[in-house]
Amino acid sequence: MTAVDERKIGGLGTSRKRVEDDRFIRGKGNYVDDIVLPGMLHMEILRSPVAHARIKSIDTSRAWEVPGVHLVLTGEMAATRNLAWMPTLSYDTQAVLATDKVRFQGQEVAVVVADDPYIAKDACELIDVEYEPLPALVTPEQAIAEGAPVIRDDKAGQDDNLIYTWEVGDKDGTDRAFEQADVISKLRLHYPRSHPSPIEPCGSVADFNRATGKLTVYMTTQAPHIVRAAVAMIAELPEHMIRIVAPDIGGGFGNKVPVYPGYVCSILCSILLERPVKWIEDKTGNLISTGFARDMYLDSEMALSKDGKILGVRIRADADHGAFYADAQPSKFKIGLLHSTFACYDIPNAHLMARGVYTNKAPGGVAYRCSFRVTEAMFFQERMMHAAANDLGMDQAEFRRRNLVRDDQFPYRTPFGFLLDSGQYHKCLEVGLKAIDYDNFREQQKQARARGRLLGLGISTMTEPLGAGNSREFDILGIKMFDSAELRVHPTGKALLRIGSKTQGQGHETTFAQIVSHELGIPADDIVVEHGDTDTAPFGMGTYASRSTPVAGAATAMVARKIRAKARAIAAHLLEASEEDVEWELGRFYLRSSPERGVTIQECAMAAYGNMPDGMEPGLEHHAYYDPPNMTWPFAVYIATVEVDPETGVWDVLKVVAVDDCGVRINPMIVEGQIMGGLTEAYAMSSMQFQTYDAEGNCIGSNYMDYLLPSAWETPGFELHSEVVTPSPHHPIGAKGIGECAAVGGPAAFVNAVMDAISHTGVRNIDMPLLPDRVWEALNQRRDVSGAPPVRAED
Amino acid sequence: MYPPRFAYEAPRSLDQAQALLAEYGDEAKVLAGGQSLVPLLKLRFAAPAMLVDINNVPDLEYHRTASDGSLRVGALCRHADLERSTLLAQFPVMASAAPLVADPVVRHRGTLVGSVCHADPQGDWSAVLLALDASIVAVGPEGRRTIPMAEFVLGPFTPALRPGEIAIEAVIPPPQHQPAGSYFKLERRVGDFATAGAAVAVEMDGSRVTRAGIALTGVGTLGTRATAAEEALTGHELTDGSIAEAADAAAESANPQSDHRGSAQFKRHVVRTFVSRALHRVLDAPAGKAA
Repeated sequence: MTAVDERKIGGLGTSRKRVEDDRFIRGKGNYVDDIVLPGMLHMEILRSPVAHARIKSIDTSRAWEVPGVHLVLTGEMAATRNLAWMPTLSYDTQAVLATDKVRFQGQEVAVVVADDPYIAKDACELIDVEYEPLPALVTPEQAIAEGAPVIRDDKAGQDDNLIYTWEVGDKDGTDRAFEQADVISKLRLHYPRSHPSPIEPCGSVADFNRATGKLTVYMTTQAPHIVRAAVAMIAELPEHMIRIVAPDIGGGFGNKVPVYPGYVCSILCSILLERPVKWIEDKTGNLISTGFARDMYLDSEMALSKDGKILGVRIRADADHGAFYADAQPSKFKIGLLHSTFACYDIPNAHLMARGVYTNKAPGGVAYRCSFRVTEAMFFQERMMHAAANDLGMDQAEFRRRNLVRDDQFPYRTPFGFLLDSGQYHKCLEVGLKAIDYDNFREQQKQARARGRLLGLGISTMTEPLGAGNSREFDILGIKMFDSAELRVHPTGKALLRIGSKTQGQGHETTFAQIVSHELGIPADDIVVEHGDTDTAPFGMGTYASRSTPVAGAATAMVARKIRAKARAIAAHLLEASEEDVEWELGRFYLRSSPERGVTIQECAMAAYGNMPDGMEPGLEHHAYYDPPNMTWPFAVYIATVEVDPETGVWDVLKVVAVDDCGVRINPMIVEGQIMGGLTEAYAMSSMQFQTYDAEGNCIGSNYMDYLLPSAWETPGFELHSEVVTPSPHHPIGAKGIGECAAVGGPAAFVNAVMDAISHTGVRNIDMPLLPDRVWEALNQRRDVSGAPPVRAED
Repeated sequence: MYPPRFAYEAPRSLDQAQALLAEYGDEAKVLAGGQSLVPLLKLRFAAPAMLVDINNVPDLEYHRTASDGSLRVGALCRHADLERSTLLAQFPVMASAAPLVADPVVRHRGTLVGSVCHADPQGDWSAVLLALDASIVAVGPEGRRTIPMAEFVLGPFTPALRPGEIAIEAVIPPPQHQPAGSYFKLERRVGDFATAGAAVAVEMDGSRVTRAGIALTGVGTLGTRATAAEEALTGHELTDGSIAEAADAAAESANPQSDHRGSAQFKRHVVRTFVSRALHRVLDAPAGKAA
């Protein structure tokens, strides 16, 4: 007998097929909208048609008269239950249903509960709300201008629209670096607002049972335990009487982390009516009212020596949070992990000053496939790198070579205080340059330019902090950001793994079983993974910020090791030896002195229930909570080449190369899927996907005709490279996380490529998305095109 | 999707459909492919009292070449049927436009006649049919009549159909000489409404243009016929010079609005570029070959 062959049991490093796909392909998924309970009613939300207005009156009488209507709930009625407002995950407050004012278009004003959603929607249209319009503030510049109306006049002491200022880094040292610089490069950028837009919008089925006092809520959430805690605080219900169930989820991307008014209203309506109440948001509701991402303006300056060394960076950021500061993010970091910017470069001095601002737009700020604003951090970084190399007259690749952190510098402390765990940055860059055939492309580009054709190449190199996070620095609502796993090995050697994290489609049911396989040698097919039900799953902080593998994945490895330790004692008992004489190989314990004598993990499992050593507690179950000692730091190089049509501003992608070093890959196929999805979203951001508002605060991208997502038709192909693997030194299995890298690092590669193609015009920047008209205007007028894409009057 | 309440009938004959339209008048809407109407219902922008679904009406799915050489497209002929058609060789601008209409999903359900009746200034087929001097056949309480495309669109989303009338066929006249031309459009994403588009349909006698039809998409509230551009070409040799003149004239005849798809100036330039590219494709094609 020998060790189990890990490749045959679907262990670490195998491209095991996703076990969850079987039910999805057969149409047997179980989404919130699939849940039907006896006596269930349907809720619809009446939303504000205007961005900023005082509510003079709400008349619900006509809605009440519609046959089949059970409840018309306004903010005034919610206030009698102390539920007109709720706390946010960022220590602000948010209106559940507007009472005094509406503060963004799409804000929740009233809800109707009826026998079916048609009736509820018809009745919503019969609610008469009288609004007294107020000026709408749609940019941070307008919001912080002298004399701007105060959006949050509900908050005592708030006499302007500033939410916070936040500062990090060494100001004096950075000032000195700028004094010594040979060249100072500057760039002003806007990362436009975008919406994660999962295909499934948000929704809930709230079921309050008066007889038992128990509230069960089926909900589209990426973080059921945080929601349970939040609901306990908001609804003043005891936490043990609340059960949150997150069933199958049609994508989240960060959009399904916050607690939304719709969830709270469905709960309140269920309590009031003592019947289950279902709320399923429509696409427009999702796009105009739920958590968005980005919308940040940034002034970046870089101090350089003439030989191309970066001496310091100075950053000023203004974040537009919309009407409520409702981000889900670590308490300590007001503007997320924006200060991870420039982490992959060896820079001695850096200083960052950030402001958060209220505007009359939907609340949010950090959502969307992003470890707390690292997307902005890395985009701004790589656009600044591109501009600085041009200002120096230095080759783009060479400029990065001169500044990337070297292998011998790890662990490396960044000027903003992060500790990079490991990496082979230079090797990754060279792999990428070779794959794109860098020198040849530069020659081709020169020849094409002579014939009037505009080819360009853009590089983006980056590392990002994943796996939030260690308990010294990371908490949400005071709860530290650990994660957990519970493992039960049954008598026949099959196992149930429950994790605190919750999948949002990444394939946790597949990959987390592979981690257990790797640790115990139990075939992955013999392990079922459960998650998302707060009554059964151990406490976890949810899936976002690429934290599932770095944190819950680590907890899974650790709980499997606890099981193995107990199994070792059982094995020693079965082999009639002392534990010290027992060795482990995958799936089997054996005697060091006679390796042919051994017992399998399955035999140990059976013995745990029937033949345990004297004095040993029966069973083979454990749980583990994992508090990560540091972030994990994957590294990536993304390079794109494009051709720009100067007559139409259309740009076509010629080739995209991705080199991802995410440490150990649990399931290479799923990793590649994550990278391709991320690159698709990166291409989307750079080319078309954005959320914008007109001067009155009307949201333009309120449906898929105006909120553009790329389809298979325009999405380019991607060439992926996996040859560089630097395991994380502190993660139990060396994994670093991959869910967000390409979406974070990718956009700059596309934008840099377009800017490279038109560099001869002197244009330094076009803000995303690089829609054809913006590219054409830059080319035609030889000027930068900045800010949110214009919404021109259709006069 | 929770549209406002409406009644629904799916008649099995044209007569029944007409009877329903006569009964409900302006309150009725005809449902063919539904690719424009259903989104409007979903957004509650449209609230018809009666939907007359004509998908069960027999013999409307055809497209065929009539004995006079004209192409006849029935009211239930889907975009995808035209995309795969072998009958468009004499109508190269249609062959070029068919795969550019919306996206593949829409093309499998949406219809050419329905698209023209929707009269969206950003619709592709309206410009193509205008460039080809096509007409629409309608039947109604006062009988059957043929309406030239140039008179079919009264304004945005307003076809020249009378109450109770239903469009049943598009008629595209046959070319007299060698047909050539193509359709270009700029869209921000496949399936987006056109930022700007140009349908160029010419007939060539050797290198001389005997007929030119040029119509534009998305750059005017009505279908825009680039008459001056057509005149610059008709009866003349096709040359770099005449192409430049026609392209400039087409840009001049465009009446674009600045909006979130781009400035008026940009759209005008795109029109110029597309007309020029379409005509250069004709010029560069081997002699006698349609381009």
